[in-house]
Amino acid sequence: MTSKNPEYDFKWCPGCGDFGVRRALEAAIQRRVIETETPMENNVVVAGIGCSGNMVHMLESDEQPYGFHGIHGRSLPIAMGVKMANPDLNVVVVSGDGDFLSIGFEHIGPQAARNLNVTAVVMDNGVYGLTKGQSSPTTDLGMVTSSTPFGKIEDKMNPFQTYLTMGVSYIASAISSQVRPMTQMMADAMDHPGFSIVHVQSPCTEYNNTYDVLKGNPRKGIPGLAFDIPDDYDETDAESAFDMASGSGVPLGVIYKDTSRPTFDQRIEEISQKAPARSVSALLDGFSI
Amino acid sequence: MKKTDFVVRFAGEGGQGVVTSAEGFAQANAQVGYHVQTFSTFPSQIRGGPTWTQTRISNQPVLSSGDELDVLVAFNEYAYQAHRDEVSDTGVIVYNSEAFDLDPDGKSFGMRFDELARSTGNARAANMIVMGALAYLVNIDQKILEDFVTKRFTRGRPNDQQIIESNHVALGLGRAEAEKSGFSLGELADPIPPGIDQSLINGNQAIGLGALAAGLDVYVGYPISPATSLLVWLENNLTGPGKFVYQATSEIESITSIVGAGFAGKKAMTGTAGPGFSLMGEGLGLAWMAEIPLVVADIQRGGPSTGLPTKTEQSDLLTAMYPGHGDISLPIIAPGTVEECFYAAIHAFNWAERYQGPVVILSEHMLSERNQNIPKPDLGKLSVEERKTYKGTNGYHRYESWEVSPMPIPGSPGAYVANGSEHDGMGDTTHRPERHIQMTTRRFSKLDLLKDGSYESENTDAAVAVMPWGGSKGPTLGAWRQLAANGADIGWYYTMFLNPLPDGLVEELRDKDLVLVPELNFMGQFASHLRSLGVNAQAITQITGLPFKESFLLEAISQKLQEAGISQRETATA
Repeated sequence: MTSKNPEYDFKWCPGCGDFGVRRALEAAIQRRVIETETPMENNVVVAGIGCSGNMVHMLESDEQPYGFHGIHGRSLPIAMGVKMANPDLNVVVVSGDGDFLSIGFEHIGPQAARNLNVTAVVMDNGVYGLTKGQSSPTTDLGMVTSSTPFGKIEDKMNPFQTYLTMGVSYIASAISSQVRPMTQMMADAMDHPGFSIVHVQSPCTEYNNTYDVLKGNPRKGIPGLAFDIPDDYDETDAESAFDMASGSGVPLGVIYKDTSRPTFDQRIEEISQKAPARSVSALLDGFSI
Repeated sequence: MKKTDFVVRFAGEGGQGVVTSAEGFAQANAQVGYHVQTFSTFPSQIRGGPTWTQTRISNQPVLSSGDELDVLVAFNEYAYQAHRDEVSDTGVIVYNSEAFDLDPDGKSFGMRFDELARSTGNARAANMIVMGALAYLVNIDQKILEDFVTKRFTRGRPNDQQIIESNHVALGLGRAEAEKSGFSLGELADPIPPGIDQSLINGNQAIGLGALAAGLDVYVGYPISPATSLLVWLENNLTGPGKFVYQATSEIESITSIVGAGFAGKKAMTGTAGPGFSLMGEGLGLAWMAEIPLVVADIQRGGPSTGLPTKTEQSDLLTAMYPGHGDISLPIIAPGTVEECFYAAIHAFNWAERYQGPVVILSEHMLSERNQNIPKPDLGKLSVEERKTYKGTNGYHRYESWEVSPMPIPGSPGAYVANGSEHDGMGDTTHRPERHIQMTTRRFSKLDLLKDGSYESENTDAAVAVMPWGGSKGPTLGAWRQLAANGADIGWYYTMFLNPLPDGLVEELRDKDLVLVPELNFMGQFASHLRSLGVNAQAITQITGLPFKESFLLEAISQKLQEAGISQRETATA
């Protein structure tokens, strides 16, 4: 909306990974609109607070999806309310490592257990950017940030192990500089029947510039942590997925996918068959003296 | 002269049948046209602990649970010790002589509750033994209770007849025991059956039923006393296509998920009590800011913090009004009777849809647990409001105007961003001063749409008035009537629409020399709010975790009048 709206004055920094994520998300939603022949207004993007949350205002296209820019950490339960109110909507959460894995952490497990049919795009830059550089769950142990002047005390969280342990039914890993595979993962995640997470390494050029560390830089002799998951990898096998999540480096691709579990709306639909529907007047009559 | 009113308290351990005895006795008498009301209090534990329930039966509408006991039924010695002082001078104590024994005191008699029950072949009939004794003490026709038993246990099961017969025998045994004791309280006057159909229902059920009648689609809640029964009732009764009822993992999840459901076009609600309401503060601010219709029922208990989870208090008024940071003032409807609980829910949804924002139903433990006969609501006469939704094409700026405007619903054209940050017409974040001025003005001006509430007023020429709120309505009305009957010149005001107050009410109150506000909190919260509106209000407070007694209020109001030096034609005394 930036191009249309001079009042909106938020800007991502030059080189921010979130620009790449935006391109992929716009493309994935567009693709879905075309492929499923549904209107753009069937898409809802729910954001939390942080640089990532501004995504909802930055999507530039002729037609806009609905947006909800909520409060810090609560994008998942807001998305649950939207999805359960109308399961026909395509609901996408955009979040960051602070919003999703720190203040919002408590909401991941329950949505995994319900298999809520929404897609979460997590932009992980390993730092709190909007508040100017404090440590986050995915900041490296020992890293000096503005809130850890003598080094970060906690171990770095491994988000993929976390998602697997909690039972998230679709887990993909992407890097913001590779828009095409990221678009494919997002589209795939939106098609997935259940709770899907596309976790994107989206570096912060200002406070935690990890482009070289992730992609490697031969000139500086940096090997690069990111690698493509091999073609013969079986993403439906939980054990392989845990090995993949626990190994060194940052795997790129679909880490885990389980399509066997019913979605939350399917579970509710099934339960509602068991509940006898009674009219208000019948219920009222039940209290007659 | 026959008695017009009968108050009995059943006291014992949780699990001894205290509540079932009290509610059964109430229901049996309601069936023949008496007005009934029960009040329960119990500890916060699964079984055991001191529990008591009081039943009041009258041939007139019942305003409160009653000040003095005609009969105390003591299931154990602790109950006897704890409650005997509340028995009136002419009252009687019936105790379980299997649990303990007393020397004759001219006021008490023992029955072997369980032994008598076992002798009927139905060990669970102890509460019927007790009811039979009560019926004798106030000369209630045995047939009333027998008919109640027959109706209650005709459930289409093979042993129905056996259970009915043993319970009939139990009623007779209890009656005979009471007769042997020689005690009697005189005769309870015949009922004056209300002309219209009645329902026997408690406050939380009435809120749930009202919400359903208003078209509730989505309810998400988290267990917490005393709001759990609302969640449980709706889990069983909010059914049908497109409905969603769910136990969330926290009150934060409850509020934020119904914000999402409200945004997606549904009539959405949650219910909670103090601690949960505190957790909802940020989510309520979001709903206010993004202009999302929803309803929150706060069933108040004693606070702060975990406070008194199973006791009654009216101490959440200010937090209900101002639950979040920043400039915010939430609409509040506080029912004062079980009947009002039903209508409060309807009004709350109407308000939420009309002004497109969150509305609080502020109920109380004492109402949630109170079973009372109410005139059966006429569903055909309810006025239910629906949301004004946007029907146009894309490119709509929902927040552009300075007043409420049609709301687009996801799935239909008109996409915008619902935003908890200050925003422009489209919902995009902005920091421009003119926008913050416009949007804050817009949000507050919408409250003007909600001044259509009604209020009660009597003797409006008097310079002094009483104005209770919520569940303190009943005992205050009882006290006010006695004062008025004794010649005191004092006005009566009451409304359940606490914020914003109905049109014209504040102006009337400002003209008073003094407005006395009985309320169950330490700070005098409603009185303080009225003073902020320019009303000379003074609170009469109580913080025992129990409702007011009429006698207490009678004295407190009289004393306030004297302190204020306001001359009354004839100041009444208790």
